[in-house]
Amino acid sequence: MTKIAVTVNNRQYQDDVEPRTLLVNYLRDHLNLTGTHIGCDTSQCGACVVLFNGMSVKSCTILAGQANGADITTIEGLAQGGQLHPLQEGFWEQHGLQCGFCTPGMILSACNLLQQNPNPTDAEVRHGLEGNLCRCTGYENIVRAVQYAAAKLRGAEPEPVEPADV
Amino acid sequence: MIPAGFDYVVPTSVAETVRLLQEYGDEAKIIAGGHSLLPTMKLRLAAPGVLIDIGTIADLRGITVTDRISIGALTTHHMIATSEALHTACPILPECAAVIGDIQVRNRGTLGGSLAHADPAADWPPVMLVLDAQISLIGPNGTRTLNAEDFFVDLLMTALEPEEVLTCVDLPTLGAGEGAAYVKLRHPASRYAVVGVAAYVRFAGGKVTVARIGITGAGVKAERQPTAEALLVGSDGGAEAIAATAAQSGSTMEVLGDIHAGEEYRRALINVYTRRALVQAVARAGG
Ligand SMILES: Cc1cc2nc3c(=O)[nH]c(=O)nc-3n(C[C@H](O)[C@H](O)[C@H](O)COP(=O)(O)OP(=O)(O)OC[C@H]3O[C@@H](n4cnc5c(N)ncnc54)[C@H](O)[C@@H]3O)c2cc1C
Ligand code: FES
Ligand code: FES
Repeated sequence: MTKIAVTVNNRQYQDDVEPRTLLVNYLRDHLNLTGTHIGCDTSQCGACVVLFNGMSVKSCTILAGQANGADITTIEGLAQGGQLHPLQEGFWEQHGLQCGFCTPGMILSACNLLQQNPNPTDAEVRHGLEGNLCRCTGYENIVRAVQYAAAKLRGAEPEPVEPADV
Repeated sequence: MIPAGFDYVVPTSVAETVRLLQEYGDEAKIIAGGHSLLPTMKLRLAAPGVLIDIGTIADLRGITVTDRISIGALTTHHMIATSEALHTACPILPECAAVIGDIQVRNRGTLGGSLAHADPAADWPPVMLVLDAQISLIGPNGTRTLNAEDFFVDLLMTALEPEEVLTCVDLPTLGAGEGAAYVKLRHPASRYAVVGVAAYVRFAGGKVTVARIGITGAGVKAERQPTAEALLVGSDGGAEAIAATAAQSGSTMEVLGDIHAGEEYRRALINVYTRRALVQAVARAGG
């Protein structure tokens, strides 16, 4: 067993885990934080993305032991005081999801993107989300959702909702 | 998918890592970012008995730029892609880092891990070849430094001995009259190079005095192209000379075909991407 101490969504945890435990399984099975999904399990799809010391990573390709001492944010940690995070609000307002399976990963990747680039072009949003696959939406509304959040986080007025012109 | 069981140790120094490698021998594997190793362990293509996690050894992480460049083995692709100092000192390095995988891969994957793994389609090896990188290894008998050319041996095989740790890579800064570029055709799903070409040129008195071309994604390992390079040296680096050089690129190399690209198509890609890399390298050199 390996001892780990991690901070997840601002709560501290100390656990003994089998060394081969993947971070995604630790979050889902040990902490019951099932908002982090497993899609491909081969580091391709991004359903398992979480923030690791503020940076987006694929938690299916990290050992829980490698997260010792790290600060992890999952989708459950984004809303504050019952208020949706601007990205969550954006996905809601702009219909950025259909089945929702990819959404937690999309949102955390977008978090990383907007921290580094608060005012991205649509092309930069697409590029920043290239590690996240969506089988439903066709991505158009995901880009709109991220732009909605970007505007809100910059203190600007988000664009009014418009039906997708595709 | 979950890897087979293993013991997990976390050394705090390179010296301790070498001791652990000696102690556990064949059973042990170093893990850095884990973005090549964990996927192979999940597929049970590898099942090391002991994983030695070097991820917390701070000495191995970081970029130093003086008259040369030193990059620690644990430096992530993302750190290289976003380094202002490297954008000035040697722009091909951030350019290459930025086209590796996706942002999540770049946030975890390391330069040292990529070089030690030596994937035949990895992006760093051809860049290391054309910059004439010096790769430092520490083992039970001390430190040794190898040219990139001597480091890459065969498919997934390097000159690293089982008890050695790759610690850092030393590279030149590019000055006036020098230019380098890396271009690749990305596989749309994995983003590895279907073919990737790195080029470096140096000019003096309006003539090319040094030309280096490195190719990845096409053979068992990244390779220089001496026959093609020789055609550019002594020329003015103009469109005609570049076209002649690009046409020879890959000609002396064994090129493999697979379900993504047959040999003939890969050879055509090598010619096209060599030309593109050379055009950019020459423009950057001011030629
Ligand atoms: C989805 C995905 C897409 C990718 N796309 C690309 C791409 O487009 N281009 C590309 O080039 N790469 C790509 N990669 C690979 C990525 O760059 C890896 O990060 C890199 O190849 C390995 O680095 P690592 O730190 O993760 O090494 P690890 O996986 O930790 O280790 C790899 C190997 O190197 C050994 N090793 C690691 N560090 C050292 C050291 N300091 N000394 C001695 N041995 C060491 C390990 O024992 C292991 O055998 C991709 C990976 C994934 C998962
Ligand atoms: S489950 Fe991790 S990338 Fe798909
Ligand atoms: S909403 Fe279904 S996968 Fe994206």
